[in-house]
Amino acid sequence: MALLSSRLRLKIKALIFRLPGMITCAEFDRFIVDYFEGELSDAELRTFERHMAVCRECREYLAAYRASMALVRDASAQATDVDLTDPPEDLIAAIVAARNRNKNGLS
Amino acid sequence: MKKKATASVPNSVPETICRTTEFVQEHTGWMLRTATGIVVDRQIAEDVVQESFVKVFEKSDQFSGIAPLRRWMHRIVVNQALMALRKHKRTQQREAHASGPEFNEDGCRLEDKWSNLETPETILRSSQNRDQVLAAISALPEKYRLVVLLRDIEELPTSETALILEITEANVKVRLHRARSNLKSILEPLLRGNS
Repeated sequence: MALLSSRLRLKIKALIFRLPGMITCAEFDRFIVDYFEGELSDAELRTFERHMAVCRECREYLAAYRASMALVRDASAQATDVDLTDPPEDLIAAIVAARNRNKNGLS
Repeated sequence: MKKKATASVPNSVPETICRTTEFVQEHTGWMLRTATGIVVDRQIAEDVVQESFVKVFEKSDQFSGIAPLRRWMHRIVVNQALMALRKHKRTQQREAHASGPEFNEDGCRLEDKWSNLETPETILRSSQNRDQVLAAISALPEKYRLVVLLRDIEELPTSETALILEITEANVKVRLHRARSNLKSILEPLLRGNS
């Protein structure tokens, strides 16, 4: 059953995607960025969600894509916190020294 | 970007050494992070931060006070970092070999079943994982890395990202999707919880 299903499932899905008002996964893919930007029209959003309702692959892909975006953002935010709590003192000293040299017209 | 700046540019007279230090201390951390994201090399990033402060002090009279100070400084750092990047033109070291989304001949997505999807919070409990994520970003091909940095990390709007990178907005979106798909595929072991 499991062996049969994977190929057959995709074939059946391909047929469903040809129905009126449906899109393929490749077409769905082109909507993803605008979906996250909130830039899809109402009609596009309905089409997008209709596809997701019948497509396990796209549903899971989108969930992982979203989680990956959050992971990238959160990891970067953590790295910023590290830099904020531990700012390089020598760099700060160099910037302040350069500033004071300039102000005093020494450079 | 998110934190509101409290110290203004200390350009007024009398400017004390103490105020300059306080100002530099407040901003060095995030500026260094932004610069490192773009130029990757830490030493070059430190130079970028130094040059950015010079610009900030030089141009402080041009600061209108209308835009938030941090936003104004952020533009300066990003521009300085991009200039440094062009100057140092990274020898393309180990770029990630990643794949984007895959489809069969009918346009159906090929995606392994996700029986588990870890949350970012769980993954980032380990600093080793965090470093792995940061390394994944650094290893992206440059045209993807810059878009994902400016859009998803620095949170600039598409229009501004397009201006800075001198490409069309449509192109920003195409690259952004490509970059995110690549990252998703690189980070998949972490996200599936089997790294």
